[in-house]
Amino acid sequence: MSLKAFHIVFVAASVILMAFLTGWSFLAYQETHSSEYLVWSLCAACSVVGLVVYGRFFLRKLRNISFL
Amino acid sequence: MEIPYTYKARPDTGLYNAKVGIWLFLASEIMLFGALFSAYILLRVSAPVGFWPDVGLAWPRGLLNIPIGTFNTAVLITSSVTVVLAWASLKMNNFARFRVYMVITVLCAFAFLGIKSFEYNDKFSHYVIRLQDGKALTGHIEVDGKHPRFWNFSDQWSVAKLATQKVTKIKVEMDPERDMNGHVKAHGSHDHEVREVAVSDIAFMGSYTPATHPFFAVYFLITALHGLHVLGGALVLGYFAFPGAKMWKSNPEQFINRIEVGGLFWHFVDLVWIFLFPVVYLL
Repeated sequence: MSLKAFHIVFVAASVILMAFLTGWSFLAYQETHSSEYLVWSLCAACSVVGLVVYGRFFLRKLRNISFL
Repeated sequence: MEIPYTYKARPDTGLYNAKVGIWLFLASEIMLFGALFSAYILLRVSAPVGFWPDVGLAWPRGLLNIPIGTFNTAVLITSSVTVVLAWASLKMNNFARFRVYMVITVLCAFAFLGIKSFEYNDKFSHYVIRLQDGKALTGHIEVDGKHPRFWNFSDQWSVAKLATQKVTKIKVEMDPERDMNGHVKAHGSHDHEVREVAVSDIAFMGSYTPATHPFFAVYFLITALHGLHVLGGALVLGYFAFPGAKMWKSNPEQFINRIEVGGLFWHFVDLVWIFLFPVVYLL
């Protein structure tokens, strides 16, 4: 597996982590009604979108490099 | 003698030798970290029901600083992006850009370690104190007007040591109250109550360090081992960015492969953190 393929795996894992953090902070907000957790959840959701956009950009930019 | 297959693919594996080597090494690393993660999970699921520190060996929750942990996660994700962009820059024959991305990667690594040492320092001055009446207090202590520091092991306090040094009272900057999930109850209020505790009232005291609770033992073991990997990776990537970059002129293909191998190790180290952060900080 090349660095390109491993990077895709890494970005996918990061997206899952940030989606989990979004849910975790939102649940914490529902329990505590603290706006800090809500802001946290929104930031994590934005980072999910950012990472997906970056992943697509990365794949386009390195389309000529092998996955092996 | 020339080392074979440093940049050409070996016919039987279809890969250059260093790539096979790094994946074998990473497989052994997965077993190492996998064993430590398993130890953490087994200790956690077998911990007594209840809330630490009220129940002595119950699993503590909410003790780690989540904003700092999240920031460190972002720092490592950024470093993975820059290391892969450094490799891609070399593939596109742009050495100047490679060096910029590599320097950013190394800076991110040292930023991560700096933030981690700040977190460690906090744990070494954070204490759990059990009083003679059975109540437990947690907070940062002050002995003779000084906070303990993690680089000074003689700064670690116990009841016996306080008695030996004839200290009669200590100050405790109390932690805010937490709910059963570890969330701070009164969010927004950052005022900490400072309480004076007589040493004669203390039955036990211990800092948030490995000897106090299995959580801290596993936390320090995994994060310190991960930190050593970050340090090792940063030194190797720093070497490639400056003294080792001479190879770019003599053998560019092998140099690109070296950066790829270094980048694979760096991604592995960052991936370990991607698992470590939710397991240790959030759950």
